[in-house]
Amino acid sequence: MSDMTPKPNLSPSVEAQGGRGSAPVPATEHDDHLLHDDHHHEHHDQHWLWKYVFSQDHKQIAKQFLITGIFWAILGGTLSSLFRLQLGWPEGTMEWLKPILGGWVSEAGKLDPEFYLALVTMHGTIMVFFVLTAGLSGTFSNFLIPLQVGARDMASGFMNMLSYWFFFLSSVVMFSSLFIETGPAAAGWTIYPPLSALPQAIPGSGTGMTMWLVSMALFIVSQLLGGVNYVTTVINLRTRGMSMSKLPLTIWAFFLTAILGILSFPVLFSAALLLIFDRSFGTSFFLSDIYIAGQALSNQGGSPVLFQHLFWFLGHPEVYIVIMPAMGMVSEVLATNARKPIFGYRAMIGSLIGISLLSFVVWAHHMFVTGMNPFLGSVFMFLTLIIAVPSGVKVFNWLATLWRGNIRFTAAMLFAIGFVSLFISGGLTGIILGNATLDIQMHNTYFVVAHFHLVMGSSAFFGLFAGVYHWFPKMFGRMMDEKLGYIHFWLTFAGVYLVFMPMHYVGIAGFPRRYYAWTGFDAFSQFADMNKFISIAAIIAFLGQFIFIFNFFYSIFRGRRATQNPWNSTTLEWTAPIEPGHGNWPGEIPAVYRWPYDYSKPGSEVDFIPQNVPYSQTHSSNLPYERDMAE
Amino acid sequence: MNPQPEILSEKEVGLGWHPKRVLLILLIFSIVMMFAAFTSGYIVRRDEGNWREFDLPASLLINSILIALSSASMQWAYFSARKDELGRLKTGLVVTLVLGLAFLAGQYVSFGDLVAGNTYFGGADANPSGSFVYVLMGVHAFHLVTGLVFLAVVLRRALNYQVHSRAMLSIGNATLYWHFLGGLWLYLYLFLLLNH
Repeated sequence: MSDMTPKPNLSPSVEAQGGRGSAPVPATEHDDHLLHDDHHHEHHDQHWLWKYVFSQDHKQIAKQFLITGIFWAILGGTLSSLFRLQLGWPEGTMEWLKPILGGWVSEAGKLDPEFYLALVTMHGTIMVFFVLTAGLSGTFSNFLIPLQVGARDMASGFMNMLSYWFFFLSSVVMFSSLFIETGPAAAGWTIYPPLSALPQAIPGSGTGMTMWLVSMALFIVSQLLGGVNYVTTVINLRTRGMSMSKLPLTIWAFFLTAILGILSFPVLFSAALLLIFDRSFGTSFFLSDIYIAGQALSNQGGSPVLFQHLFWFLGHPEVYIVIMPAMGMVSEVLATNARKPIFGYRAMIGSLIGISLLSFVVWAHHMFVTGMNPFLGSVFMFLTLIIAVPSGVKVFNWLATLWRGNIRFTAAMLFAIGFVSLFISGGLTGIILGNATLDIQMHNTYFVVAHFHLVMGSSAFFGLFAGVYHWFPKMFGRMMDEKLGYIHFWLTFAGVYLVFMPMHYVGIAGFPRRYYAWTGFDAFSQFADMNKFISIAAIIAFLGQFIFIFNFFYSIFRGRRATQNPWNSTTLEWTAPIEPGHGNWPGEIPAVYRWPYDYSKPGSEVDFIPQNVPYSQTHSSNLPYERDMAE
Repeated sequence: MNPQPEILSEKEVGLGWHPKRVLLILLIFSIVMMFAAFTSGYIVRRDEGNWREFDLPASLLINSILIALSSASMQWAYFSARKDELGRLKTGLVVTLVLGLAFLAGQYVSFGDLVAGNTYFGGADANPSGSFVYVLMGVHAFHLVTGLVFLAVVLRRALNYQVHSRAMLSIGNATLYWHFLGGLWLYLYLFLLLNH
């Protein structure tokens, strides 16, 4: 805390403490919510319950999101290891898992097929929503937006706290559903009706499905409360000088991600509400002409494809909600550690906006096999393939940023480079699957699984890791161990490719997804070794994550102490104290004079110039037009 | 609790709106998306056939007039606050509250009329067409209840002399939200008139 010695020639003078808080404020209603806590400024003896649990401080809420996300990631990974065991050793015995799984392992030592479906469903739900949405943008939007735009906190600390606690409630409901007798939801993470709409269909569409829907409704509320806060903070609470064209790319990414969430999650809410009515109140929005166990149901007139439209209207923006925060953080980490300005700053913003807009008009490419009109399919195919353009711009700019950079291979940098690699490999197969004709061939094979795990799952995880390694010093005031970070990186990087590359080949050969057992089909028995290989690689890669988890928790308490700006970065969060208190800056919030990527500027004495350094202090490196701004 | 308050005058200029106004507008967008999903789902579903036509109860017209009137009284209350006419402000808010409650009661009556016209929400005799009407009206009514709570809060503030020409944020937000709810209903009513 005390180590707040700014570089004399680089930081503008920081005024004495309290310069801001005591400024005269007109007592209108506009400001009274801001004014009313003025008296208890120095709150050192805050009760721990309010400080650590029901905190309204964005940094604390970010840590809550991160640690809850880590919990879910371990669980989601464990589930995937379980079904990889089943897929790799279909004839093997699971007897040894009986103490944990109990009744889900049959007398013969076989995994219950219903439970297999539940494992896949919960793995998808947990990873997409609880880890890569809440854990990723919940953590970093919360942590970085106020610190990087120069704000004391979010626009509404209370709503921000509610956002976490709705997420927590939703987590509790989802977690409890794992322990009920009929098991958790088992209709796939996309919960297509009629399977999900008929409680009597399979065990996993009973109580487990109800709890899934309740949990997701709470989750959506959490996302909306968080999202409106992020957008408002970016619009309203930027510090002096921080125009939209001086925002770090992280903030642009979080900002657009939050807008996607605000516009797409309500649609999932609508779909979930209609599904709840179908399940429990006898409506038939998605049900028609169904016979179950020889009995005709009375439901008439519904359309299951309508649900798919509603679901994927969220579902597709959702994959960008997952990947865009990672893109933003990777841009930041690459520029900082290549000691070069990000290549094509405005093109990066433009491509983010392009991806955001396109994400709303491509949803039906998930539905090529629903028998849609081929003309409609070709429209969606065309729009889908256009996404390759902004994505290509981004990849080109990342590579151009690395080109001839003075690269520092920190753990965060390795993960950022890994992200670019995975995004390319996974993105290329996206072009294949975006073609309706090819998709119809591949749709039910492991090719699709391999594609989205590379481009969205693993990449987003790599972005998450890059973010944690990079901003850990700001979060906890200590450094994570670099050596363990390298081991973690190589295990994960090699692991991810060893798992998902073979999956492409298996998929092209026609190996079907969603199958509990494939041993009954002669055609697939040739893939036994390949499946075993994938399973071994997956389990090793999963175990490798415990290195990260150890490193993370060990470093919180025992890590090397961080300096104020360990990566020599230019953005505002590194001008705050090592462990910022509530309010982020003890004195005045620094004003901003320049864009966030002044690395290795020709003529400059140091290889980075923070955003809060005015041009009048950097005469040697000012460009002609900047010389005018210095006066 | 925010120990060091933000001072907005020392911030980069945003859109010129107070953060709370921006929060509200964003929440309104999310509500719009919800109803966009319902009404586009309605049209997609109708065009696939197996769709039962139904009669809209005449009482919906009366409800629509009630909610339009409540928007007018809300705007009157807003103007009164701006002119520091606090008595009229309170009258306007109370009238709006009463009209809002009357609208809710009217929607309840219309539910009865729908049932009387053999349009059901669920069960063996229901068709998605009718179920959609209940969902649209019900979800709108839920949001209207939140609007009434908001109005009650502003009314309490008005009674404590906390709403006047230099403290227009809460009534401004309440007015915006209330007009939105009224406009949303008129859209839904028109939509149902044209598509039932």
